[in-house]
Amino acid sequence: MSELASEPSSAALSRTWIEHRPTGQGVRLEPTPSQTVGPFFGYALPFPGGPDLAPAGHPDTVTVHGYVYDGAGNPLPDAILDFWQAAPDGSRTGTPGSLRVDASNGELLGRDGVRFTGFGRVATTGDGHWALHTLPPAADAPYIAVGVFARGLLHHLYTRIYLPDAPDDALLSGLTPERRSTLRAREDATAAAGRAYRFDIRIQGDESEETVFLDFA
Amino acid sequence: MVTQQEIDKEIAELAGRVTPGGHPPRLYPPYRSSILRSPRQPLTLVTDPDAIELWTPVFGTGDVTELDADLTVRHSGEPIGERITVTGRVTDRDGRPVRNQLVEIWQANAAGRYVHRREQHPAPLDPNFTGAGRALTDANGDYRFTTIKPGPYPWGNHVNAWRPAHIHFSLFGTAFTQRLVTQMYFPGDPLFAYDPIFQAVTDPAAQQRLIAVYDHDRSVPEFSLGFRFDIVLDGPSATYFEEDHQ
Ligand SMILES: [Fe+2]
Repeated sequence: MSELASEPSSAALSRTWIEHRPTGQGVRLEPTPSQTVGPFFGYALPFPGGPDLAPAGHPDTVTVHGYVYDGAGNPLPDAILDFWQAAPDGSRTGTPGSLRVDASNGELLGRDGVRFTGFGRVATTGDGHWALHTLPPAADAPYIAVGVFARGLLHHLYTRIYLPDAPDDALLSGLTPERRSTLRAREDATAAAGRAYRFDIRIQGDESEETVFLDFA
Repeated sequence: MVTQQEIDKEIAELAGRVTPGGHPPRLYPPYRSSILRSPRQPLTLVTDPDAIELWTPVFGTGDVTELDADLTVRHSGEPIGERITVTGRVTDRDGRPVRNQLVEIWQANAAGRYVHRREQHPAPLDPNFTGAGRALTDANGDYRFTTIKPGPYPWGNHVNAWRPAHIHFSLFGTAFTQRLVTQMYFPGDPLFAYDPIFQAVTDPAAQQRLIAVYDHDRSVPEFSLGFRFDIVLDGPSATYFEEDHQ
């Protein structure tokens, strides 16, 4: 640790550090710092079918949707959300095939409609709205993990979506009812999309408003 | 709008602070957009060894081809600008390579213009350059992109605000907790001192970890200049969770 704490700060010395740093055990490398995703990711990060985690036409498909808000209550037109969840059978290892590239022209095809990859990605529209179509997560990991990225956010945030019938797990049990309710999606009877749930993300607010964000240390 | 001098003063007041992992604080007022887009409540610590976030989405050879890492061959002609290769190794904090994992990049063209409808900068688009690429790391955690050096560009944070030249990076690790979005900068950029996004990383040692190294041995004769940008991902993973927390 001390070796890294005394890490030199000039560019020339930094080069020495980078090239000679150990790749083995014992020494903890200092991480690469986060930077904001900025406003111009729109032609790079979203991919076709990013919101459609559920295989096409699957009868258990649910829609989870909502808005992303800032501390003034304004929707974010330039946020992008990553979603990650266990497969319905409880598998946590994920499956490739979220992007699928057409090798002939480099265009992304999106998923094949058969495999459940566990990964989804949705950019908010101009009104701050997003919608995800997925299968309910497995009972032993009964939540959808979310990574929140946006212009203005220097380091992304993690939260979780729990559907209304998900049991209280260690995280939920440790929260006050007020804070816990920010992680519960609500039944949305108004949606035209079959089984639908509403989940808003408030990046900033008082205890009852601000979404619970997570730290994994 | 506020002047550069006022932003400089705010930057100076916060400079030098050492933060966990060198990450920027989410609230960094010189970067005006962070003021309403940062939490006020403390984060909630999750230590559950079965948390899904300790596993990661995976990508395969059906998701990314080698050509996706060359941003200079997407169109019928060659893009304008200095051709560069950017290579590096992705590891976790114990130096273990992050293998077969997705690296995504996006950037402005040589004139500092993004292919994005919301982009207002009156610099020319380049019909031969889009500026987005993808790669999978190899068995050593190494990645390689061929592109052109992006230009600096103005933005609306304050009067005369300019971003240093940078390439945006998005990375996945061996766990969702290791997810990283960052920006790679070029050595010796005169705009570092004025940029509140770069300066939001307040620890000078951590700033250096955002700057690629010019590596003459990686320059390709008669073709491209070589830059090295190694990336260390933060955060626990299922594979190593137990030893990390003993
Ligand atoms: Fe940028």
